[in-house]
Amino acid sequence: MPHLPNPLPDAEAQCRQLADRIHPELAKNPALVGIHSGGAWIAERLKELLGLSEDIGLIDVSFYRDDFAEKGLHPQVRPTAIPFDVEGRHLILVDDVLYTGRTTRAALNELFDYGRPASVQLAVLADRGGRELPVAAQYCIWNVELAEGENLTLAQADDGRLAWRLEHV
Amino acid sequence: MYNPQLNSNGELTHLLSIEGLPRDVIVHILDTAASFMEVSAREVKKVPLLRGKSVFNLFFENSTRTRTTFEIAAKRLSADVINLDIGRSSTAKGETLLDTIDNLCAMHANLFVVRHASSGAPYLIAEHLTRVNRDIHVVNAGDGRHAHPTQGLLDMYTIRHYKQDFSNLRVAIVGDILHSRVARSDIHALTTLGVPEVRAIGPQTLLPGHLDKLGVHVYHDMAQGLKDCDVVIMLRLQNERMTGALLPSAGEYFRHFGLTPEKLALAKPDAIVLHPGPMNRGVEIHSAVADGPHAVILPQVTFGIAVRMAVMSIVAGN
Amino acid sequence: MKIAIRNGRLIDSKHGLDHNADLFIADGKVAGIGQTPAGFSADRSIDAAGCIVCPGLIDLGARLNSIEAELAAAVAGGVTSVVVPPDLDPPLDEPELADRLVHRAADIGLARVLPLGALTIGLKGERLAELAGLAKAGCVAFSQANRQVVDTEALLRALEYAATFGFAVWLQPQDYWLSRNGIAHDGEVASRLGLAGIPVSAETVAIATFLQLARETGVHLHLTRLSSAAGMKQVERAQAEGQRVTCDVGIHHLHLTENDIGFFNSQARFDPPLRAQSDRSALAAAAAAGTAAICSDHTPVGADDKLLPFGEAKPGATGLEVLLPLTLKWARESQVGLADALARLTADPAAILGIDAGHLGVGAHADVCIFDPLADWRPTAETLVSKGKNTPFLGLELQGRVRLTLAKGRVVFDGERRGH
Repeated sequence: MPHLPNPLPDAEAQCRQLADRIHPELAKNPALVGIHSGGAWIAERLKELLGLSEDIGLIDVSFYRDDFAEKGLHPQVRPTAIPFDVEGRHLILVDDVLYTGRTTRAALNELFDYGRPASVQLAVLADRGGRELPVAAQYCIWNVELAEGENLTLAQADDGRLAWRLEHV
Repeated sequence: MYNPQLNSNGELTHLLSIEGLPRDVIVHILDTAASFMEVSAREVKKVPLLRGKSVFNLFFENSTRTRTTFEIAAKRLSADVINLDIGRSSTAKGETLLDTIDNLCAMHANLFVVRHASSGAPYLIAEHLTRVNRDIHVVNAGDGRHAHPTQGLLDMYTIRHYKQDFSNLRVAIVGDILHSRVARSDIHALTTLGVPEVRAIGPQTLLPGHLDKLGVHVYHDMAQGLKDCDVVIMLRLQNERMTGALLPSAGEYFRHFGLTPEKLALAKPDAIVLHPGPMNRGVEIHSAVADGPHAVILPQVTFGIAVRMAVMSIVAGN
Repeated sequence: MKIAIRNGRLIDSKHGLDHNADLFIADGKVAGIGQTPAGFSADRSIDAAGCIVCPGLIDLGARLNSIEAELAAAVAGGVTSVVVPPDLDPPLDEPELADRLVHRAADIGLARVLPLGALTIGLKGERLAELAGLAKAGCVAFSQANRQVVDTEALLRALEYAATFGFAVWLQPQDYWLSRNGIAHDGEVASRLGLAGIPVSAETVAIATFLQLARETGVHLHLTRLSSAAGMKQVERAQAEGQRVTCDVGIHHLHLTENDIGFFNSQARFDPPLRAQSDRSALAAAAAAGTAAICSDHTPVGADDKLLPFGEAKPGATGLEVLLPLTLKWARESQVGLADALARLTADPAAILGIDAGHLGVGAHADVCIFDPLADWRPTAETLVSKGKNTPFLGLELQGRVRLTLAKGRVVFDGERRGH
């Protein structure tokens, strides 16, 4: 079992790396869409780092999840807010951790209910493998393997700084 | 206390009445409805949450209006909606209410939206479904004089939308409270959400006894009752109330209990006026109020769809 | 057939008996108490150790929808005389119908049936029934069951006519207009649940009318199934003023209130409705004071007629088999002695009816109830003999169970055979 780096990597530094990777894409005037909640924080950070003026889109995939039958509705649903016209736009979907691919699938479904984008790319800070759907990220900073019972989440401190947290479930 | 609408984990599995709902359950419904508001504003006003599920609208008492709002809500959740115009036809054939329910269970329903003229009918149905071990959810769309919980919730959504906080409000409910399921649901919702002063205004013939036990202050005079209110909830006066011994005439009722701009001026300047619809203009409400700046009657209808989407998606998931 | 009932605690409130004694029965009658009568040799000896031996119970109101099954339920509940209200289908408004009922019951041979004749034809409250003919056929008094004579003049005439012959009239006081749309006590619960209310004034207005008309006509008035403290107070006042008026309460009204409706429990729908806690307390106190007799108001209702929304469900509960244990429960809670409590089910109803029953005097009909006051049991669909399984006490533990019932010296119920 590969050991996770201790301490965990600096998420803020990873955001800067991610912004650098995305930078060439700016020529296409892409719009950022963050998946609630970790992806939304990262998208907000990317907006600052890339110097974009347009507000980011926020997506809560609760209404599109495929595990509704087992788990019911998520206890806290935030409104999805897409403040720009999706039709014909190049979109960059932002999430914190890519895992089974189901959240990405749900987010794509939701995005397409707003219109037909020209393209959608996926940007994540971490990819922990374990895919159950044919989904891949164009931009990924950290490939990480987790042991059974471990879960990786992004947290935001009171001062707004992002940091990784390892949970044992 | 045993509450048939909650499952063993305390989660909402049927919505039968606001009475007995914990405050956080009500707030969760309102929060979820806020997210659904955004869905209704999209180009594609639909989410796949209840895809493949069957929602049966069982209206034992006719109400095209309420049925339509539930139908829209269910369709925006991608459910298949089946409208059953039960009315008197099946009871005329000698089929009991529970016979009808058993029949529909066999059609693999997931959720029943029930409107019935008898108080308590949705409880009977929910208890029966438990007894026969069917995992079907029940949403009360109005039972007799008892409850109309989704209307109560949409009224709360409306109040929260305009007033943000419940903890410093004075709310008046005006009119035929005796026969009103809306009033009963509003009263339970308002007191559960911590509204410090709930008033009921109407003639003694249209007010039930023991309102004080529900935490309501009774007024028979509009001028006193409306004074300094933040929210005025008007109730519909059914036509049949004016033919019996309850009231002398629509005209006299309007003179004493109809909401006119002059009477509304006694409430706070930023007061809002709600009405569950359909309105009787010139009976319980003056057109100048109904169409005026204080009225939030049309927004109520829009909020109502989001609230019903929230209720159906929450109970169907539990 | 000679029967000796040995080792039991004999309670006969009419004769002030309450001690351990043997009871001897011969030829259907009480032959002796304590000492074995001369020349008595028992064909059957019954050991009643640990049990109470009392007169067979007299129930002032029980509906016998299916007469054979319900008479079996009566004796299973220790009841040997049953007053049957006239709201049968068709109503008991013709002598021939009363005659047939009495004979049918005699053929069945379990409990004795004492029918109430209809006061008016079809219980419609319009035309008088043939009271004298009905009395000759066995009707013990006249009644409208739970229906009202809406026309007060018709009521006055009916009472005058009954008084002519010295017949008693039994009326359930509930003003027609104040109760016709109601389904529950007009109280806090009805307000909360949105159930149309029946105000207490429905009862008090009717009682005031009945008392006044009875005073004018001199008829013996018996008020059935009182439900309110205010109504009971009117009866107490009339009795104190010397008016000849008696009353009874249904056993469920001594235990349940509007709160038992819970979330629309149709088993708690009664006519008259279950009222407030203060009403229940007043009824319990009146029964303790002996102002009111206690009856089962047995009303078997099929499951389908209860599996309906509250307001559409039929009112009433099965009562014959829970009458005794619920009376014992009331007695414990109201601190009423056993002999006094049993008087409400034996000597008092006999006095209201004016019949020689409800006691164990030598020479009396040997109607006897032997029960174990400490036996716990639960009324269930299986344990209840009645076809009516409708009771708010279904599945709940009750104390006191009938072991053996004798009617006219014959064992008509043996709990051991039923596996109690």
